[in-house]
Amino acid sequence: MDLFNAIIQVLDSTIRLSVPLLLACLAGLYSERAGIFDIGLEGKMLVGAFAGAASASVFHSAYIGLGMAILISVAFALIHGFASITHRGNQIVSGVAINFIAAGSTIMLGQAWFQQGGRTPALASDERFGAIIWPGADAVRGVPILGPIYSELISGHSVLVYVAFLAVPFTWWVLFRTRFGLRMRAVGENPAAVDTAGISVAWLRYRALICTGVLTGIAGAYLSMVQNGGFVKDMTAGKGYIALAALIFAKWKPVNAMFACLLFGFLDALSIRLQGTPLPLIGKVPVQLMQALPYILTVILLAGFIGKAIPPRAGGVPYVKER
Amino acid sequence: MAQAAIELIGINKSFGAVRANRDINLEIARGTIHGIVGENGAGKSTLMSILYGFYQADSGEIRVGGQPASIKSPNDAIALGIGMVHQHFMLVDNFTVLENVILGAESDALLKKSIAKARSELERLEREYGLEVDPDAIIEELPVGLQQRVEILKALYRGAEILILDEPTGVLTPAEADHLFRILRQLKEQGKTIVLITHKLREIMAITDTVSVMRQGTMVATRQTTKTTVGELAELMVGRRVLLRVEKGEAEAGGVKLAVKNLTVRDSRGVTMVDDVSFDVRAGEIVGIAGVAGNGQSEMLEAISGIRRAVSGSVMLDGKPIDLTGAADPGELRDRGLAHVPEDRHHVGLVLAFEENENSILGYHDDPRYVRGPFLDIDAIRDDARDKIAKYDIRPADCRLKTANFSGGNQQKIVLAREMEQDPGVLIVGQPTRGVDVGAIEFIHKRLIAMRDQGKAVLVVSVELDEIRSLSDRILVMFAGRIVGERGPEASEGELGLLMAGVEQREAAE
Repeated sequence: MDLFNAIIQVLDSTIRLSVPLLLACLAGLYSERAGIFDIGLEGKMLVGAFAGAASASVFHSAYIGLGMAILISVAFALIHGFASITHRGNQIVSGVAINFIAAGSTIMLGQAWFQQGGRTPALASDERFGAIIWPGADAVRGVPILGPIYSELISGHSVLVYVAFLAVPFTWWVLFRTRFGLRMRAVGENPAAVDTAGISVAWLRYRALICTGVLTGIAGAYLSMVQNGGFVKDMTAGKGYIALAALIFAKWKPVNAMFACLLFGFLDALSIRLQGTPLPLIGKVPVQLMQALPYILTVILLAGFIGKAIPPRAGGVPYVKER
Repeated sequence: MAQAAIELIGINKSFGAVRANRDINLEIARGTIHGIVGENGAGKSTLMSILYGFYQADSGEIRVGGQPASIKSPNDAIALGIGMVHQHFMLVDNFTVLENVILGAESDALLKKSIAKARSELERLEREYGLEVDPDAIIEELPVGLQQRVEILKALYRGAEILILDEPTGVLTPAEADHLFRILRQLKEQGKTIVLITHKLREIMAITDTVSVMRQGTMVATRQTTKTTVGELAELMVGRRVLLRVEKGEAEAGGVKLAVKNLTVRDSRGVTMVDDVSFDVRAGEIVGIAGVAGNGQSEMLEAISGIRRAVSGSVMLDGKPIDLTGAADPGELRDRGLAHVPEDRHHVGLVLAFEENENSILGYHDDPRYVRGPFLDIDAIRDDARDKIAKYDIRPADCRLKTANFSGGNQQKIVLAREMEQDPGVLIVGQPTRGVDVGAIEFIHKRLIAMRDQGKAVLVVSVELDEIRSLSDRILVMFAGRIVGERGPEASEGELGLLMAGVEQREAAE
């Protein structure tokens, strides 16, 4: 029964840890499907996290925090769009610039506004998104096997967790069942076809980037207002890049993206769980190695296990009308 | 007099210093097939792009069906019933036929309804015009001819009454082109107006009712097709008399320079593309390989020039074998006097992002003429490039211009100049004039014959039968990977055509 509880705990933290990855991964999916590489997921999450925590603590409302996180993150997405769509700049350079601006400005503004070394004030419980307890969760806790699965894994997460997982079928539906999705996929494959069909390539790509900004904003809010009780500098810690890796791993498909992010989340959860625990045969493994494990496995998975991942064909190439 | 479907009045368009269209006037009658011919860069495509709203004219007026029209985007053109089939298809390769057809013309925000509507509409169009294509097929799995049909369906689905086709047969096999012409005639019978842009005069004569000729951005003439000749049109296109058949004397064939024996080549899927082929090319003769595209000519060329692995057989250059493992050093072959003008100049022959002068020495950049110590001798390279530009009349005459900015014909001249000026003993040329205009074709043919007269061995592969017949001293016909016949240059088109279709072979087998 101990083992069972341990598994439930690891799976529970798998869900919690994969949520920001999943949101960022779906965010990247929108922009890359539309042909815009977005290495700035990391930066947009970071500004989202900062804007969320800062405004939640000032206005004492989690929802205002979430709104500001989305707003600022979308604004950064539009900057990326302005550079790479309107001015046909290099998308990698623009994305990297956004990451740097995000890392620097959050610390600077945090220090200027709150004087806590770049942190935002610790959020009170009503300024954060609390856990939602599903009906009957407490009642069934005692039921063997199914009880803990229901009360720990399914119930008891914040609203943003459910938003993240509902975003998966929603994204799939948008992508493959709506006119917007068809056009977005087309513009990522062959923008000239979209242009000659009489649709604006730029406007379509901007809309895709707005979707990206909304999702990275939610991801940021999750980090600073759910996982943590406030903003800490560089709190995204590379999640934006892992999300990009997951996106490739998932071959730019929403349901695959969910499983890829759950896998990365699971590896992360496992490494935390196994820290300091002696393993059979091997003995005690250094903490650093355990922490590196998800990244090592990322490299191995990406190098060997996914087969050929074909990105959207027009990805990374600014659209210029041919003469 | 039928009412004009389209009138263009005083159209002007410049790109920077280049005046692509000057004072163009054109009237296209409803329900006719109207051809527009001209050399590459004459401004045909620009004019049609203006009509389709892709560019805006600097000045001038467009009237559609007698009404002045303002066409600011493809959307406006579509709304006016104008559809365009582009030279490079505007299709999303990994979408289905249906998805491509509805893209931009979806009837509903949800795809299900749009697709259901398009499916029944497509069935109707297929019945009406004989445009069969599986609506659920993925574009990249369809042959080019069918992809083009999807482009036509796209235009018809949007209610096009006027259909513009830009160089539609450039990518088609002769049989596919014939099928396309049947479709176009049928569309005409249904009252559609068709504008056909091409530089192939034979097509113009075969299918159009009226033909307009463009030269250097101006409209020089419009003729009833029945009242003109290929000769007249060619003359109008280039502004002087053109030799459609280059004069040449008898070949004085010398010793064997290139000997191909029992060559067998398979493609990446393991299908035998070249099957036990043997032939010789002697000094001072041009051997032409005729055949419908895809009968193994490309693979054979690649094997002979050491790029593709051969399964068996041998190729002797001046009596010494060429490495056929696919790992031959092209530099070594060049040193031995084998020059190769590849079929696909964009991917194999040139680096489009390089300047002209860099491409004009590509592959010969180690030659002592172009280097000084460990460095490239830039001045020598540029002087050399200027010489070639003058000698081969490459336009624009600017060796610092990016190669991508030259027209197809001039790019081909860059490659030819590079390979011919190295004075090779054996010259292998794939599709010497693909995508090249009439004036340049004549020039290239003359150069090839001059090479022959200097005693070089020349092997030409072309899908253009006219070209093969006009150039070759001996014609070998390839069909299904085999050489099915050898004929002299006097062989009739019909006779060669039958060989290319594999007819004689089948009769012999029976």
